[in-house]
Amino acid sequence: MRRLPVNSPAPNQSARHLAGASVAHDSAWKHVSGQARYIDDMPEPEGLLHAAVGHSAQAHARILSMDLEAVRSAPGVVAVVTADDVPGHIDIGPVFPGDSVLASGLVEHVGQPIFAVAATSHEAARKAARLARVEYEPLPARITIEQALAAQLFVRPSKTHLRGDPDAVLGQSEYRLQGSHHIGGQEHFYLEGQACLVEPTEDQGAFVHTSSQHPSEVQKLVAEVLGLPIHEVQAEVRRMGGGFGGKETQAAPLACVAALLVRATGRPVKYRLARADDMIQTGKRHDFLNQWDVSFNAAGEITAADISVSGRCGHSPDLSDAIVDRAMFHVDNAYFLPAARVTGHRCKTHTVSNTAFRGFGGPQGMMVSEQVMEDIARQLGKDPLDIRKANLYRPGRDTTQYGQTIEQHILPDLIEQLEKTSDYRQRRQAIRRFNAGSPVLKKGLALTPVKFGISFTAKHLNQAGALVHIYTDGSIHVNHGGTEMGQGLYIKVAQVVATAFQVDLSRVKVSATRTDKVPNTSPTAASSGSDLNGMAALDACEKILSGLVAFGAEHWKVPAEDIHFADNQVHLGDTAVDFADFVQAAYMHRVSLSSSGFYATPRIHFDHERGQGHPFLYYANGAACSEVIVDTLTGEYRVLRTDILHDVGRSLNPEIDRGQIEGGFIQGMGWLTMEELVYSDQGQLMTTGPATYKIPAVSDTPPDFRVDLLADSPNREATVFHSKAVGEPPLMLGISVWCALRDAAASITDYRYSPPLNAPATPEEVLRAVTASELWLASAMEVADE
Amino acid sequence: MISFYLNGQPYHLDNLDPNLSILNWLRTNMRLTGTKEGCASGDCGACTVAIGSPHPDGTLHYTTTNSCISLIGSLHGKHLITVDALQQQPPHPVQSAMIEEHGAQCGFCTPGFIMSLFALHQNQQGQPASEKDLLETLSGNLCRCTGYRPILDAGRKAMVETWTPGAADPKTQESAHPLQAPDMAGKLTALANQPASIEADSGAWYQVPTDLNALRDLRRQWPESRLIAGSTDLALDITQQLKTLPQLISVERIPELLAIEDSADSLTIGAAATYESFRPALSRLWPAFDPMLSRLGSRQIRYRGTLGGNIGNASPIADMPPPLIALGATLLLDGPEGERSLPLEEFFLDYKVTDLQPGEFIRSVSLLRPGPNEHLFIYKVSKRLDDDISAVLGAFWLRLEQGAVTRCRLAWGGMAATPVRSPAAEQALTGKPWNEATIKTAGAALAGDFKPMSDARASADYRRQVAANLLRRAWLSTQTPAQPVTVTDYA
Repeated sequence: MRRLPVNSPAPNQSARHLAGASVAHDSAWKHVSGQARYIDDMPEPEGLLHAAVGHSAQAHARILSMDLEAVRSAPGVVAVVTADDVPGHIDIGPVFPGDSVLASGLVEHVGQPIFAVAATSHEAARKAARLARVEYEPLPARITIEQALAAQLFVRPSKTHLRGDPDAVLGQSEYRLQGSHHIGGQEHFYLEGQACLVEPTEDQGAFVHTSSQHPSEVQKLVAEVLGLPIHEVQAEVRRMGGGFGGKETQAAPLACVAALLVRATGRPVKYRLARADDMIQTGKRHDFLNQWDVSFNAAGEITAADISVSGRCGHSPDLSDAIVDRAMFHVDNAYFLPAARVTGHRCKTHTVSNTAFRGFGGPQGMMVSEQVMEDIARQLGKDPLDIRKANLYRPGRDTTQYGQTIEQHILPDLIEQLEKTSDYRQRRQAIRRFNAGSPVLKKGLALTPVKFGISFTAKHLNQAGALVHIYTDGSIHVNHGGTEMGQGLYIKVAQVVATAFQVDLSRVKVSATRTDKVPNTSPTAASSGSDLNGMAALDACEKILSGLVAFGAEHWKVPAEDIHFADNQVHLGDTAVDFADFVQAAYMHRVSLSSSGFYATPRIHFDHERGQGHPFLYYANGAACSEVIVDTLTGEYRVLRTDILHDVGRSLNPEIDRGQIEGGFIQGMGWLTMEELVYSDQGQLMTTGPATYKIPAVSDTPPDFRVDLLADSPNREATVFHSKAVGEPPLMLGISVWCALRDAAASITDYRYSPPLNAPATPEEVLRAVTASELWLASAMEVADE
Repeated sequence: MISFYLNGQPYHLDNLDPNLSILNWLRTNMRLTGTKEGCASGDCGACTVAIGSPHPDGTLHYTTTNSCISLIGSLHGKHLITVDALQQQPPHPVQSAMIEEHGAQCGFCTPGFIMSLFALHQNQQGQPASEKDLLETLSGNLCRCTGYRPILDAGRKAMVETWTPGAADPKTQESAHPLQAPDMAGKLTALANQPASIEADSGAWYQVPTDLNALRDLRRQWPESRLIAGSTDLALDITQQLKTLPQLISVERIPELLAIEDSADSLTIGAAATYESFRPALSRLWPAFDPMLSRLGSRQIRYRGTLGGNIGNASPIADMPPPLIALGATLLLDGPEGERSLPLEEFFLDYKVTDLQPGEFIRSVSLLRPGPNEHLFIYKVSKRLDDDISAVLGAFWLRLEQGAVTRCRLAWGGMAATPVRSPAAEQALTGKPWNEATIKTAGAALAGDFKPMSDARASADYRRQVAANLLRRAWLSTQTPAQPVTVTDYA
C-alpha cells in the first residue's frame, strides 16, 4: 500500500469538480454527438410491437357502439384491446380516481383513449387506430371555465384561505379596485414526446422503460392495471428529452396501455406518441380565470383582498387539487395581504385533464398580485416598482395569508440591487422620452419579483432515497429517486457525492433511476430534485463514511477526529492513503462499502381544514426587469433587454443554475406571450402541433440578456450545502415581459389607465390593449374638452 | 435506383417505399438514432441533417433540411451528413462550444442544433457569421430548455474555430474522418448525372426526370401523379394525414425549372428554385423581399421549399403570392398541351383550387424590373418572428408621382380563401394624394374588399384592423424624418 507524506504538494485542483463548480452536464458529450439514448433510441428487443390508441372524437358522449373489425384486420395488427381486457384496475387516477386507462361507455374529452392497437410498426399501428367505427350519443359539453362555474361543476371541492375580515376593510376603504383576467394554459412541448417500452418478464410481470418524472407511479399503476403486486413490475428512467411537469402523471397511462398489449401478446411493446397525438391526448398547464377585489391606502399598500382563482382542470382531478392549492398559496406573490380571502375553484370541463407544469399553479396565482400592483400604481399616478416595493414582505409585515412567516427577507435588497444594475430609473425616463417622440412604436418596462414556496404541498412527497456503492477500485456508483430531464440533477448529485468523499468527479457515476434500486420515490417535481435527492445521497455517503472512519481509526490506530478525506486521499493523522487503496483495504477487512440514504424535509406542516400552516421549508426568490417595444399598429412586439437577479442560495453548479434561470424565463415569457392554445366550441384542440402552437424561437431571446445569481446568499435552512431549488421559480420571471407589454400600452395614456391584457399576450391581445388605451385617451380628452 | 453518400459512405437504394422520409430511413432502416423526431412536420428542427451538394466551383456547399419531411429520393447525388458522423474525438468546434457554453440541457433538440451550426461552420470557412446569419441558421431549431442564449454564444464561438479531425488510424491508414473522403464533389457530380428512380414492390414510384420533355411525358402519362420538390408541405400528407402518395415526380433536376434569369427588363425564377437560391436575385430587385424571406419558414425550409410549391399549393396563407401579385407577376405554365402564360392573380380560383389543368405544371414566374417612382412594401404579421405562418400578409406596390398615387396594386394573404387584391382600397388610393386622409379612406374601403375568417392564428376582427393599419404603416414609412415603424427594424 502506497503511503504518502501529508506535506506532499496537493495533487488536486480536482476541487473544481466538487459542489459549487460549473461542471458540464454529465451527458454533455452524448447530447452533442447524438449518443444520449432516449426511449425510441434504445436497441429494439426481438419481436417488438408498436402501440397506438383510438381516441374519442367527442368532448362528452356516450359510446353507443364501437366496431373494431377494420382495426383488427388492418395490415400488421397483432392485437387490439379495450377496457374489457384490463385484468386489474381500470382507474389509474394518480391521486384521486377519475382517469380510465381506456374509456368505455362514457367519454369526457376529445382525444380520450378508447382502445389500443399493437402492430408490427409505428405507422401500421397509427393507421389501424384510425379505422374504428364508433357511434356516439353526444351529451352537453362544458368547455370553458365560465361554463363550469355557471354549472358549479368541479373535480374537487373548492377551498378558502381566510385571514382577518377582508369584507369589513374593503367596505370602508377609500381606494378600491376590482378586476379579472384570463390566463391561458400552456403545452409542455418537451421535444421528446411521451414514450415507453415495456418488456414482459417472468411471472407475468413487466419491465418498463419510460420517459417519466415519476417512475414509482408508473410502476404502481402498471402493477394495478395488470392486477399484480408492485414487486412484479419495475420501471427505469435514464433520461427524458424534457419534462417540465408534463411527464409527472402523463407518462403512466402510456405505460399502462403498453403493458396491457404486452399481456395480450406476450411480446415487448413500444408506445410513443406522435406530436399531434401528444398534444391532443395529454394534459397541459391549467388556464385560469382570476378575479379580485382589493383595497389599498394612499401609499399604495394593500389593506385587504378578496381573490378567487378558478382553474380549468379538465375532466378529472389528476393533480388539480394541489395545483389550485399552489395558485392560492401564490396569489400574494411577494406582497403582504393584511386581510384576505382567497378562494380556489377546481373547474371540471370536458377537455383533457390538465396537469403539472413548471410552477404548478403558482405562476397563474401570482399574476393576480402583479396586475394589481400595476393597477394601483396607475390609479395613484406612481411607478409600479414603487408600489411593488411598498407592498413587499418585510419584518413586521411578514406573515402570509395562510399563516407562514417569511423568515428570510431576500427580496427588498435583491430588488434594490437589480433596480440599480438594470438602470431602472434612468431607463424609465429614457422610455418616456422615446415614447413621446415615437407615435407608432412604444416601449414598456417592468421590474417584477418572484417569491416561490419550496416543498411539495402534499407533505408525504417530501422524502427521498438514494443508494451509494463504492467499488474496490475506488469508483463510486450512485442511484437516487430523482429523474434527469435535462435540469442537471445527476451532475449535481454526483458533485454532492464527490464532495462527501472529496474525490474527483470522474470517480462518481450516477446511473438510470430504477424502482428496484431506490423504491417508493416521489416525482421529480416541485423544484425538489436536488434538495431531496442530494440530501438522501449525502446521507448514504455519511453512513459509508462513518464505517470507513471507524475502520481507519482501528486499522491505522489514529483517533477518528484525525481522519480526513481530501484530494482523493484519506488523511489518517500523519499518514495519507490513496482513496482507492483505502477502499481496497476496507474491503479486505470486510467493511461495508454500500449504503442507502434517506431524507425527509423537516419543519413543514399544513392544516388544509383551517387553511393555515407552514407548507414550505423556504422560499426561492428572484426578480427580472424587462424592456419591450410594441408596434401600436399590429400589436407585434419584441423584448429588447432583460436583466435578472436570482437567488439560488449557495449554488451547487452556477452554470447549470443559470441555464435553469434563462430557460425558465424564456418558457415563462412564451406562456404569457405567444403560446396560445385554441379550442373549438366543441372542445377540439385546434393547435395540435408546432405549426400553430408557437413556443419561443431563437429570435425571441432578448438581444441584451443579463443574468446574475445573487451573491453570498446561503440558504438559512439546512439544505444540501445550503443551496436553493431552482427548477420552477425562474419561470415566473417571465411575468416581467407581460407587465412590460402592458406598460407600453399604458404609456399611450401617460400611464393613467391600466388596459386589460389577457394572457397569452399575443400580438392580437396586445393590439386590443393598445386599442383600449387609445379609446380611453380619446374619451378622457372629450371629457377634458367639455 | 438512387445513389448518395451517408457520412462518407456510398449507398445505392432501390425497391423501398418512395414515401419513406430520410428520418425514418435513418432511424428505422439504419437504426442510426442520433437524429431525433420532434414533430414530424418540419417545425422543430430536432431532425435537422446537413446535405452536401457539389457547387459549380468544385467545392461542396452545405444546406440543412428537416429530415422528417424530406423523402429518401431527394438524396440522389447528395452527401447526407448526420450527427452520427461527429462521434469521434476530438469534437467538432460546434460540439466543444456547445459543451463549454452549457448549450444542451435535455439534449433532445441538440443534434439538430449541432447540424445547423455544422453546416454554417462548413460554409463560413472560419469566418465569423453575422448575427443575422446566426439567427437565421437557428430559426428552425426549437429548444424548450435553454432559452437559446448559450446556443447563440456557442455558435459565435465555434465559427472562428478550425476543425481538425483526429489523426488517421495508424493501423489502417484509412482516411482520418468519414467526412474527409477525397473529391466528394466529383463523386457526387458523377452520381447526380445518373438517372434516378425508386420503385417499391407495391408499385409505388418516385421518378426524377432530368429534362423538360421527360417531365411533360410523365405528366401526360400520369396526370394523377404528384410533383415533388422540397416536400415541405406535401410530406405532411404522409407524416400527419398518414396518406400514401404512390406516384411522385421530382422536379429538382430540370434545368429550366431551376434557372434564375436576371435580364435587362425582367427577372424569371424557375418554379423549382428554392427560397434561398432565388432570395439574392429577388432581394436585389426589390429589397422589401429580404426581411420577409428571413421570416418565411425557417432556414431549413427555405433551403428546400420552392417558389413553384408556394404558388402551386394555393394556400391562402402562402407568403410569396401576395407580393408577386402586387408586382403583377406572370406565370409560365407548361404541360401536355404546351406552354401558356397567365397573370399570377388569375391562377387562384378558390380555396386550394387553381387554374392548373391535368398534367400541367408551373415552369417559372416572371416579373418586371422596377420602374421609376415605384415602391414595394411587404408586411408579414404573425405570432412569432421566426418560422411562423402569417396571420396577415400585406404587399403593396405603388407608383408615387408628385405626391400622388398614380397606380397601385394591394395584395393580401390570410384575408380570404385565396391570395387576393383589394380593388376598393386600390380605387380609394389611385389618383389621390399620398397623405393621411387618403390612407384613412383606403383603410376604410378595405372593409368592403374581404371577409376574413377567425382561426387559430388570429380573429377576423384582428385581421381587418391590422390590414388597414398596414396601409398606414406603409404611408408612415415614406414620411420624413423616417420613424421606425416595425419592431423588426428595431434592435
